[in-house]
Amino acid sequence: MLTADAAVVDHYRDLRRTVRDGHPAHALQELRSMSTAVRLRIVNMIDQAQLGHIGGDLSVTDILVTLFGTVLDVDPDDPHAPGRDRLILSKGHCAAALYATLAHCGYFPVSELATFMAPLSPLNGHPDRRKVPGVETNTGPLGHGFPVAVGCALAATIRDETWRTVVVLGDGELQEGSNWEAAMTASHYGLTNLTAVVDRNRLQQGARTEETKALEPLAAKWKAFGWEVREADGHDHAALIDALKPASTGKPLVVLAYTVKGKGVSFMEDQAEWHHRVPDKRQVRAAIKELSR
Amino acid sequence: MTESTVPTALWNRGAPDIESAVYDCRQVFAEELAALARRDPRVVAVCNDSVGSSNLVAFRTEFPDRLINVGIAEQDLVGVAAGLANAGMIPFVSAAGPFLTGRALEQIKADCAYSGQKVVLCGQSPGMAYGELGPTHHSVEDLSWLRAIADLAVLVPTDREQTRAALRWAHATVGPAYLRIPRFKVPDVIPPGAPCEPGRALTLRQGDDVTVIAIGTLVSRALDAARTLAGEGISVRVLNTPFVDPLDDDAVLAAASETRAIVTAEEATLSGGLGAAVASLVGQHHPVPLRLLGVTGFAPTGSTGFLLEHFGLTADGICRAVRSVLSPAVRESQP
Repeated sequence: MLTADAAVVDHYRDLRRTVRDGHPAHALQELRSMSTAVRLRIVNMIDQAQLGHIGGDLSVTDILVTLFGTVLDVDPDDPHAPGRDRLILSKGHCAAALYATLAHCGYFPVSELATFMAPLSPLNGHPDRRKVPGVETNTGPLGHGFPVAVGCALAATIRDETWRTVVVLGDGELQEGSNWEAAMTASHYGLTNLTAVVDRNRLQQGARTEETKALEPLAAKWKAFGWEVREADGHDHAALIDALKPASTGKPLVVLAYTVKGKGVSFMEDQAEWHHRVPDKRQVRAAIKELSR
Repeated sequence: MTESTVPTALWNRGAPDIESAVYDCRQVFAEELAALARRDPRVVAVCNDSVGSSNLVAFRTEFPDRLINVGIAEQDLVGVAAGLANAGMIPFVSAAGPFLTGRALEQIKADCAYSGQKVVLCGQSPGMAYGELGPTHHSVEDLSWLRAIADLAVLVPTDREQTRAALRWAHATVGPAYLRIPRFKVPDVIPPGAPCEPGRALTLRQGDDVTVIAIGTLVSRALDAARTLAGEGISVRVLNTPFVDPLDDDAVLAAASETRAIVTAEEATLSGGLGAAVASLVGQHHPVPLRLLGVTGFAPTGSTGFLLEHFGLTADGICRAVRSVLSPAVRESQP
């Protein structure tokens, strides 16, 4: 098991304190910097491993940075604290984005990211909770994270504890029926401590979601399943922070976060072919140049 | 394990009287689960519209907040249990065996076993307990499927005593487990206080000629067969392995070296269950003649009793298997 990086953890705690006082401009700038750093890591990790899901990683980055950076009540020094908030990345193929975010929040040294998918690395191509602190459940096959998140939220309810569970779902993933089983259970049990965030980039592995198996009208579907629905720009940290404020309607909350697959690298943006394509050296240089601006 | 480490009381006690009362184990499952819940506030029951068939009505009355019913949704069922375990609860998932294991197989692998979440999966009415309802409702593949998954204990309790012991072990252990909760009525055959531990078989009867390794509904039948065969001068050792995974390799290999042949008996498909585990072990380390009794193909229509007869899963069937596995050896010993 990897261990926390003390220097980064201190910085991370300062950031959270600042943002919780009403996300002032300099804190939002910190989050944007963290997102940029995470995106650069993602490109490097995928370049090094010659494997990965770069499009979805770049799409979900701002969501994960917002959650770990400010929203979640977690402690990288004590990643298994019983009363921690739980974050479950159901779209587990975007492990690179999760690992890079966890490292930038101090869960483990950033240097470890260089081992991504290398032989015997703890950083498997899909998250492994037994090896990586901050990973709550092993995902990868789609449609798994949401029911597990419902179980976490139920446990808090049974014990009358106040911590919160957040599950990040891919939009294509919503074609798996297990998600709708979980959505029904969550609203049936009135899990106000559960939040789902849909990374709504409108692309899945082979094509647009709406061409493959249409999800729209997505907000109406969630409403019909008994959820409070909010919509936000999934690349705007301030908008996400506001949208992720706990629901007050007695229902579980879903945030439809509108994102762009491949965000930040112009030639990858909104292109289905970049689902898990590996950039060549020239493209890596171009991506890094663009992301570093 | 070797024989010398088996408490002698277990096999000196003698075989039980099979004419005595028979019981299905679901009642003791419900009683023991409630007893565990009284002692441990982390215990929760999770079911799929199976409150009645899992005998959980009384549990729900006593612990209304600790009975989670996710409705008819098995993938959700197992995923929710993994989430409850993540947050420190001890979920006992109870559902009909075929659907719990088949429909949620990937959740059992990824969310429970690979994620290291302590979830106790209780497959109710396994084997061919739903005889006439047909192979869709038979849970005979469960042992093969789940034995293939790493870091998951697979238990097949035999009677009331072993069901209680299996639940207590699963509650006390660290990782996830699958328990087959028998519905087919069997007599009490396991001596009170017998251990129910990973990799630990029980020698229920000593014998020198053939070892019958039996689980679940077949244990009382194996003991019955051993008594019949004793009358023919054939000495049968009866070994019970409540854990199909991890198996008691030492006890199986001791049987292979100390008796002339092995017969396995299980209410499960031969493609990957107990028989396959024994055959793989013995074949690699100490080959001896084997006969594997179990289910082949999809079962025809019929009651549980009829189907057990059909597949030779009876005392008579075990007797025939023992005689046939011995016959070449008997021939060899004749001048």
